[in-house]
Amino acid sequence: MNQAQELLKVNHLKKYYPVRGGVISTTQAYVKAVDDVSFSVRKGETLGLVGESGCGKSTTGRSILRLVEPTEGEVLFDGVDVTRLSKENLRKLRRDMQMIFQDPYASLNPRHTVEKILSEPLKVHGVSSRKERQERVEKMLEVVGLNRSHAKRYPHEFSGGQRQRIGIARALMLNPKLIVADEPVSALDVSIQSQVLNLLQDLQEQFQLTYLFIAHDLSVVRHISDRIGVMYLGRIIELADRDELFENPMHPYTQALLSAVPVADPDFKREQIILQGDVPSPANPPGGCAFHTRCPHVMDICKEARPDFKDEGNEHFVSCHLYNR
Amino acid sequence: MSQVMLEETQKTAVDPSAASGPWRDAWRRLWRHKSAIAGALIILLFILLAVLAPVITSHPWDGKDLYNRLKPPSSENWLGTDGLGRDLFTRLIYGARISLFVGFFAVMGSMVVGSLMGILAGYYGRWVDMLISRIFDIMLAFPSILLAIAIVAILGPSLENAILAIAIVNIPTFGRLVRSTVLSIKEEDYIMAARAQGMKDARIIFHHILPNSTAPIIVQASLGIATAILEAAALGFLGLGAQPPQPEWGTMLAESKDYIQKAPWTVVFPGLCIMLTVLGFNLMGDGLRDALDPKMKQ
Repeated sequence: MNQAQELLKVNHLKKYYPVRGGVISTTQAYVKAVDDVSFSVRKGETLGLVGESGCGKSTTGRSILRLVEPTEGEVLFDGVDVTRLSKENLRKLRRDMQMIFQDPYASLNPRHTVEKILSEPLKVHGVSSRKERQERVEKMLEVVGLNRSHAKRYPHEFSGGQRQRIGIARALMLNPKLIVADEPVSALDVSIQSQVLNLLQDLQEQFQLTYLFIAHDLSVVRHISDRIGVMYLGRIIELADRDELFENPMHPYTQALLSAVPVADPDFKREQIILQGDVPSPANPPGGCAFHTRCPHVMDICKEARPDFKDEGNEHFVSCHLYNR
Repeated sequence: MSQVMLEETQKTAVDPSAASGPWRDAWRRLWRHKSAIAGALIILLFILLAVLAPVITSHPWDGKDLYNRLKPPSSENWLGTDGLGRDLFTRLIYGARISLFVGFFAVMGSMVVGSLMGILAGYYGRWVDMLISRIFDIMLAFPSILLAIAIVAILGPSLENAILAIAIVNIPTFGRLVRSTVLSIKEEDYIMAARAQGMKDARIIFHHILPNSTAPIIVQASLGIATAILEAAALGFLGLGAQPPQPEWGTMLAESKDYIQKAPWTVVFPGLCIMLTVLGFNLMGDGLRDALDPKMKQ
């Protein structure tokens, strides 16, 4: 793959939420939702981000789009640092980076018709001709597998899968380059999930889209991603090519995660790695490697030093002391 | 067989005549709400009386006739006459004009100002919220009628100043309501989606947040009109609102209170009018609340 073709580059991104308390409401501590995350997404690829709930994957996605203000770090989108843009310039850049939301029931304004929902981004970004807007809405409805008669209806008249198609259409209206898909199928029925995933893949081909695909479902991520990043407690602990990651997981957490994926074979006897304990609180993450409290291969150094995020060959990045020799 | 049924359901699903917006559903529920209909009928009756007053009665509203003082209800004077021999029915229906006018404009004023302040506080938060909310707290620390009396005392007693005073007094009610509604709506995903699409704050507020917070505002407005009418009558009774000879209900009560033994109709009927309009707006407001409350939706 060509290194120069990076559309999005995230460097040392951090998002800390202050925890206020005490009599005069001073900042007592920080919840480190995203703690020093770096990765890049190449043009036209799908980067999957997986991790259990609360590991900071959604916050990462939202920080990249500056829907939540990042605390530190830079986000280079096509060479432009998004975190330093003025409000107005950011607003203009938003046409190139869009988002698909998890909950199709909450992400569409219940008071607007589908036509209004889809034409609003065009209006905001200066498509003033009403006729042109209407044509593009109708075209986009057909692209996502709905039809033009749906334009006059309200969101509550649609099923979850149809609503998610509307959400996808809305994200596509402005011909964006990057789409951050925040668990776009996890609120849907399994039977609908595959339809929407296939739609996303078709659209990627048709419009040369780049996806940052956030999910907690490993099989979904495996299906759609080119490369996969695994997050744990606000950090990316492993990042590799999809097949490489599934065939040769290096980080003990990834190994445990993959061993939990169900296999469609009743006779298959697997060795499941059961992790001890719960995920520590991101308000008070363990020092050193954040995973050391639950790691089956824990060493002394893991409790003291945070491991570097290093390339172990073949662009397989991992952050673990086991490989720091 | 199942193929046929599938086609059947698809047909109904695409039928455009079955269109239903959130407002249409609310209408349907409102129509089924008996006490809301009763309230609406009372309000409609008073509106009709007020608008058609010159047609309904031939008496002028300030036509004094000292030979016919304190006459009981008769075919000539349907509800009797007051201490200056004026026809009570005539004065009451002209009084409906004043009360409805007061109720409507006082509420309009407090609704517009209160909603704007509430939106600013709720949407921008931080020090804006701090400032506006503290102003509301201070205003709510006074009993509302006391505050209204103070404002009228400063501005001078008149109907216009009474409207202004009532409008000011009711600002925090709307402000707090709208602030809390905005606080919950701005966390919705579709607001984040609007921001992600690059909309400006003004557009998000007026196209996304406001349309979704109209339901509680409408309910509060309806209930607020009742309060405003009551407060206007109280100010009038205290001599701080409409001035005689204006046929304002509260003022009429004050003028007639000495005759309560001799000619009770001069007090009973203005009192009844106040009660009925207030009841009408309250019933209507409760009905609207039931019809618009999203929790009732399936």
